[in-house]
Amino acid sequence: MGLARAKLDQTELRLGCMAMPAAAGWTRTAREAALTRVTQMGLPGRRDEYWRFTNPADLVGPEPVPAALFGTSKRPAYDGIDRVRLVFVDGVFDAVASDDPALAGVEITRLAVAQRQDIHWASELYGVLEARGQTPVARPLAALNTAFATDGVLIRATGKAAKPVNLVYLHKSETSDAFLHHCIKVESGADLTVLENGPAAARFNKVMEVEVADGGAFHHVRSQGRDHERRAATHIFARLGTGSTFKSFTMTANGALTRNECVIEMTGDNGVAHVAGACVGDGAFHHDDTVFVTHDAQHCESRQVFKKVLRNGATGVFQGKILVKHGAQKTDGYQISQALLLDGDSQFLVKPELEIYADDVACSHGSTSGAIDEDALFYLRSRGVPRSEATDLLVLSFLAEAIEEIEDPVIRDEILQRLAGWLARHRG
Amino acid sequence: MLEIKNLHVKLEEEDKQILKGVDLTVEPGKVHAIMGPNGSGKSTLSYVLAGRQGYTVTEGSANLLGHDLLEMEPEERAAAGLFLAFQYPVEIPGVGNMTFLRTAVNAQRKARGEEEMDAASFLKEVRARAKDLKIDADMLKRPVNMGFSGGEKKRNEILQMAMLEPKMCILDETDSGLDVDAMRLVADGVNALRSPDRGFLVITHYQRLLDHIVPDVVHIMAAGRIIKTGGADLALEVEKNGYADILAEVA
Repeated sequence: MGLARAKLDQTELRLGCMAMPAAAGWTRTAREAALTRVTQMGLPGRRDEYWRFTNPADLVGPEPVPAALFGTSKRPAYDGIDRVRLVFVDGVFDAVASDDPALAGVEITRLAVAQRQDIHWASELYGVLEARGQTPVARPLAALNTAFATDGVLIRATGKAAKPVNLVYLHKSETSDAFLHHCIKVESGADLTVLENGPAAARFNKVMEVEVADGGAFHHVRSQGRDHERRAATHIFARLGTGSTFKSFTMTANGALTRNECVIEMTGDNGVAHVAGACVGDGAFHHDDTVFVTHDAQHCESRQVFKKVLRNGATGVFQGKILVKHGAQKTDGYQISQALLLDGDSQFLVKPELEIYADDVACSHGSTSGAIDEDALFYLRSRGVPRSEATDLLVLSFLAEAIEEIEDPVIRDEILQRLAGWLARHRG
Repeated sequence: MLEIKNLHVKLEEEDKQILKGVDLTVEPGKVHAIMGPNGSGKSTLSYVLAGRQGYTVTEGSANLLGHDLLEMEPEERAAAGLFLAFQYPVEIPGVGNMTFLRTAVNAQRKARGEEEMDAASFLKEVRARAKDLKIDADMLKRPVNMGFSGGEKKRNEILQMAMLEPKMCILDETDSGLDVDAMRLVADGVNALRSPDRGFLVITHYQRLLDHIVPDVVHIMAAGRIIKTGGADLALEVEKNGYADILAEVA
């Protein structure tokens, strides 16, 4: 059965504006396969079930909607943390603004350079996890990224990284349309932390493929913020080995449209996967967390913790699924998605799903949306805490379960300070 | 210190009059007790004074040290020196007890134009006060009132009172849910705070709390009014004969 005419037109229109890098090297095969996937799947449309709550029009249109730059004098994220910064300006690596990659104590190669070299591990990853993540649900924007990504990094950790790698995404052009693709390999027993921050571009499409080998640990903390008009579609595809750990946390503040997909496949026993998010939106803000965790091994634990604070017509979306395959016994799956609606104009759209084919598992999921607890607010105020400060305290208390998913106390505190600062600037 | 005159209050949501003309004056250094049967309006009085939503004052006034309480936000009342120990202290997940205490102390200081308390002095102070109330380090670290027993919650209220050093303390059924030992601990905490420039209004069902916190004046409240006022012996009379005799006497 072919694609609907409208979808076909949309896809052709978009592909007409794209060009594969001339020197694609070994990535060419993966890129061509991805392009085939895109033409077969078609780009997402409003009628697709998976896009019921989020209108993809601005993500698939031939040109990005221009996004005004948002000036700020605030200090950059993770400022106090000893890290190796790799800076991308509107999706293009800026070597001058970046730190020496060698300081991280891991192998770091720029995608544009790496594709001309023979990097064995990366050729087994680039587009591979993305392709695996296309079933049972199609993710065409990720395939589009694999086909046309212009930049990105390949990171391979073979031991404990000396410093966190900080991918910094600056936005300097109001019409930038950026495609970044990162591949990360955490080898057996290795330990790597990747930090991300910044608005990135007017329109940002990013894929991060992460393979964590047996006993490896990957920590990921992302701060998406600032520019109000930016739009982004990001995907994380992770495959986890035996006894490995994967922890990803995302803070989102501002942004007209953000769709963060996270697709995790647990392929070895005793793996741990936590994915969490805290987002705060005021006004023209649409934020979508779409998560798919597949348990295909025994004794694995997965947690999804997503909290959204919304006001002035902001919209939050959560689509989260736990799929437990045959034989994935002793799975411990947990999923919670909650919204705090600070007024009557905001909305939270949720689709939690469990699909379980093993008979000895513990899986739970819950979803709520509600307002500030008036009793708690009065209690705080009766102790002398002004309404605005009391509200902020209660909002942070609401977000706490998600923020606590960040293991490193220094990074956790950094995120907490950022959220507190945002709240103080956005009091109702 | 606290002057309540002809206070009439009804529920905001329904046309139900709860307080029907309360007159009460608490002088500095004095402990006043309000006793009365269920539904007499005792807790409503404490909530209205503290500024809880849901009530409409239809007549009368309430002043604290010259401030018109009824015109003030709850936080302004607190900064002016009012403290309400809740009958049901609220659990607040995700906010550490210590953070909460420090935020409250400094918010009040800021509102009064005083200097904020630095972390070291605050810590020293809170540890000393907590020790008197047998509140351990774990309770200070935990989220506000989360997983606290009934007695722990009430002791935590008294700790807040001790740290905030209010001028006027209202205790709403602080004895409810306490065993004898916990009640003594709480009463000791309150007694330690008695001073010539601080007033207390102790709301209770039963006389037994007043064995430990001996009042100067006892009021009996019924159907939204104070119907009788006397000394500490009035509480003993209630304990012996119940409210029926007094109600009959007034009617």
